[in-house]
Amino acid sequence: LREGEVSKMAGADGDDSLYPIAVLIDELRNEDVQLRLNSIKKLSTIALALGVERTRTELLPFLTDTIYDEDEVLLALAEQLGNFTMLVGGPEYVHCLLPPLESLATVEETVVRDKAVESLRKISQEHSPVDLEVHFEPLVKRLASGDWFTSRTSACGLFSVCYPRVSSTVKAEIRQHFRTLCSDDTPMVRRAAASKLGEFAKVLELEYVKSDIISLFTALASDEQDSVRLLAVEACVSIATLLPQEDLETLVMPTLRQAAEDKSWRVRYMVADKFSELQKAVGPEITKNDLVPAFQNLLKDCEAEVRAAAANKVKEFCENLPEDNREQIIMTHILPCVKELVSDTNQHVKSALASVIMGLSTILGKDNTIEHLLPLFLAQLKDECPEVRLNIISNLDCVNEVIGIRQLSQSLLPAIVELAEDAKWRVRLAIIEYMPLLAGQLGVEFFDEKLNTLCMAWLIDHVYAIREAATCNLMKLVEKFGAEWAQNTIVPKVLGMANDPNYLHRMTTLFCINALSKACGQEITTKQMLPVVLKMSNDQVANVRFNVAKSLQKIGPILDSNALQTEVKPVLEKLASDTDMDVKYFAQEAISVLALA
Amino acid sequence: LSPLLTSPPFSVPSAEKVDGFPRRSMRRARQRRSHSSSQFRYQSSQVELTPLPLLKDAPVAELHDLFCKKLQQCCVLFDFLDCVADLKGKEIKRAALNELVESVATSRGVLIEPLYPEAIKMISVNIFRTLPPSENPEFDPEEDEPTLEASWPHLQLVYEFFLRFLESPDFQPSMAKRYVDQKFVLQLLELFDSEDPREREYLKTILHRVYGKLLGLRAYIRKQINNIFLRFIYETEHFNGVAELLEILGSIINGFALPLKSEHKQFLVRVLIPLHTAKSLSIFHAQLAYCVVQFMEKDATVTEYIIRGLLKYWPKTCTQKEVMFLGEIEEILDVIEPSQFMRIQEPLFKQIAACISSPHFQVAERALYFWNNEYILSLIEENCQVILPLVFATLYRVSKEHWNQTIVSLIYNVLKTFMEMNSKLFDDLTASYKVEKQKELKRERERAELWRGLEEYQERRMQMLTEAARNQRNLQERGERGDTLNPSSPQTAHSDQPEPKPSGASSGAGESAT
Repeated sequence: LREGEVSKMAGADGDDSLYPIAVLIDELRNEDVQLRLNSIKKLSTIALALGVERTRTELLPFLTDTIYDEDEVLLALAEQLGNFTMLVGGPEYVHCLLPPLESLATVEETVVRDKAVESLRKISQEHSPVDLEVHFEPLVKRLASGDWFTSRTSACGLFSVCYPRVSSTVKAEIRQHFRTLCSDDTPMVRRAAASKLGEFAKVLELEYVKSDIISLFTALASDEQDSVRLLAVEACVSIATLLPQEDLETLVMPTLRQAAEDKSWRVRYMVADKFSELQKAVGPEITKNDLVPAFQNLLKDCEAEVRAAAANKVKEFCENLPEDNREQIIMTHILPCVKELVSDTNQHVKSALASVIMGLSTILGKDNTIEHLLPLFLAQLKDECPEVRLNIISNLDCVNEVIGIRQLSQSLLPAIVELAEDAKWRVRLAIIEYMPLLAGQLGVEFFDEKLNTLCMAWLIDHVYAIREAATCNLMKLVEKFGAEWAQNTIVPKVLGMANDPNYLHRMTTLFCINALSKACGQEITTKQMLPVVLKMSNDQVANVRFNVAKSLQKIGPILDSNALQTEVKPVLEKLASDTDMDVKYFAQEAISVLALA
Repeated sequence: LSPLLTSPPFSVPSAEKVDGFPRRSMRRARQRRSHSSSQFRYQSSQVELTPLPLLKDAPVAELHDLFCKKLQQCCVLFDFLDCVADLKGKEIKRAALNELVESVATSRGVLIEPLYPEAIKMISVNIFRTLPPSENPEFDPEEDEPTLEASWPHLQLVYEFFLRFLESPDFQPSMAKRYVDQKFVLQLLELFDSEDPREREYLKTILHRVYGKLLGLRAYIRKQINNIFLRFIYETEHFNGVAELLEILGSIINGFALPLKSEHKQFLVRVLIPLHTAKSLSIFHAQLAYCVVQFMEKDATVTEYIIRGLLKYWPKTCTQKEVMFLGEIEEILDVIEPSQFMRIQEPLFKQIAACISSPHFQVAERALYFWNNEYILSLIEENCQVILPLVFATLYRVSKEHWNQTIVSLIYNVLKTFMEMNSKLFDDLTASYKVEKQKELKRERERAELWRGLEEYQERRMQMLTEAARNQRNLQERGERGDTLNPSSPQTAHSDQPEPKPSGASSGAGESAT
């Protein structure tokens, strides 16, 4: 049984009488766009009902002829057709899908066109080599020589999928078409060609990479429009990977050097953004000789945008330096630039640096970190911009691994304590999230002495998210230090808040109890927490009362049945007849969940 | 294409992604320099300027030479971000520029051929630069203060000089065209992206003069503006000078010869109409609508393209834009030819009916205002037989349902107008309203029925196919024991597409499926 027969089986018996094509096509033409869109999205259902034969002879011609619709409908159509091979009868008929997709590949709207190209790329793989030359390649040629820029733009994405599977004559034609598009009159097409240059280079034979691609690359990299030049930088990565090391210097490096010093910041930005990829592609020798100074320049660029992009790459660049003299390069060439960036005038630059700078400690080792990096971390921890501080805090763990928590806490603790009271709540939040780790590593004594007060202070923060995080933090601490520690240090303070005049603080008591009861166990919950909860059922604020109901529901399973029946049940029953609707609701919910009814 | 072109290079800080609401206010509060400039790139050796004698004191024989020297002097660039750097030099250049402006504007015979390359060089050196990245990546021209060009004290004078140069009675296009070439114009057009409105204002006037005087560049300028717009529409959605370029185009369209060349029609259909899709439409809508109406007044046959284009891009969710579209439609209808009106009335009034039933009262109100426009009203009256049936059901329904009283009373007026126009038709429609409603419901049910049937059918087929594939696999397994299974086969039951590709031969599978 061949594939063709299988697909005949898949649809040869579509029922004519039940679903006349006219009815189905009416659905695809419905006046309401939304309905039309729905129908197109279920095009496969329609095709299945029609069977492969009529899908080919009736449905596809209709679709090809009526391609003037809302872009949203066209997008759905372009996507559907990419999965249609079986519905038209399998690979031997897949070329039937080309006409509608060809039209879709010429429309103005970029998303539609891109989707059409994506589908064309997909079905190109299902063409036999012969069909590829007979049907697919002529389509690519037509698109490549279309009048309007849209079809030429689409053609750019199709060369690389058919090139490997056609004869050498056709290959030569394809190369010629690609060359033509690289020097197209409109920048839109040149941009499309430039963005596909790398991909196309990958499928070409090495001799043509050297003869054709390099000259195209050089031309695009010195285009009059910076939007084209910057795309050539992307292609540079692929091209450099393809060439043997000895050719890089003459074929690629002149262009790359020029790009790194381009007069447009956009191009320099692109170089900075692709720096790690470029570094890998050109190898260690060129990195040492060329990329290190280029990277230094990018870190000192006059546009903040470029500096930020380069700063983002500091860690990756250093990591990928050749190991033999990595440390020396970093210490003499990179670190001085990094030091300057710590006090950059632009907050985005500092923030980008702060997100990666901690990673350097792993590369440089303990001694260098303490001597050279810690002062920088400290400076950034005190930066006026909250984002910078945040980025440093969120990455403390890398340093932790290198110098150990003792050293880290000694040098950074004062700054951390300061940040615990930062005016930006997100910064406080980041610190809180770091607490359980710190506590675990510093041990109980150190924690009680230095950090406990902080943790308790967060419980009465004026931002809910902080109070919530603080509650969760307490739970994690109890999990670490045990119930006894909780009973002595935390529980009394938490329960004390039940008498606070501020109802938000009283509620925090309840939230803490919710979080802690499980970790504290039945004894503490029943003896110490429950009485407080029950007492709060008389609170004058309804929000507190319904949270009492919620808390009881939560801690109920931890209590013994005696306490449940004698203490919890009466209180919940009382709350269930509360004047407030919400209190009633949650009390009833608790009663039913705890099966106290 | 590249992340840079589609999104601002600075990614949104992770902290801000958590909740979106404080962003705008934070953005406001963020301290920003209001000045930026990419003009000054550190020159290795800063030239020290020395004041030259005044032009007005120069003997005639030395005038041109001195003029030239001043032009060269003005090629030196200064750092304006450091406002105290080289104050003396800045002052000398400012004075020189002022003198050059004054001289070109007032004295005759100054502009001789050798000065053209020098003047254009001075202008190029000063104005052509890569525009700096926006200080505010989310710059909203309607809400935010633009970042101003720091070097404006000099730049303004250079622009002023350029303008006077172009407007001088001595200006010779034949000499200028050697220096003001395509490359020059391309760079000039790129400057329209400047965030500084003062700069764009100068550029607008200057480009207009260049277009007027250098005929050889006209087609090129139009083509490059096309490219800028297409890039704006389909690639970046960002370009600050769209309104200014459209303003220039407005007057260019005015001068098009008749019949319109296909190039111009293509520009209308493929550039101007799609410009309506831009998110920032409100910033340049007035200029855009002006261009569109200009086209119609030139050649009434483009009306249909325009209306159908607008209907294609009609806003789906943005009511503010919908109101703008309605405004533009009214401008168009104001000048439409009755014969053209008849060609588009059907799709147009379906859309208008949809607008009238919009829950947003401004949209409904704007659409209903059409009936206050005498010319439009007369067109409606002439075509009452076609239009009334299109809008009647909507008017009838919305008059009973709309939450806003103003809308309800406006609709009553419209209904009344229709009743007076054609009471017979009105009565017929009122009578058949319920029946039509029933018919519509019936059609709705039939559709649902059809799709239910189709989907059931699909399900059945999928089952058969899965079963067939399974049988086939069993047979195959029996035949070639030890052969590995195709791991993807069992999943076909759940995928949307039937894709059983069993290999090996069996005729039993097909039969067992049917």
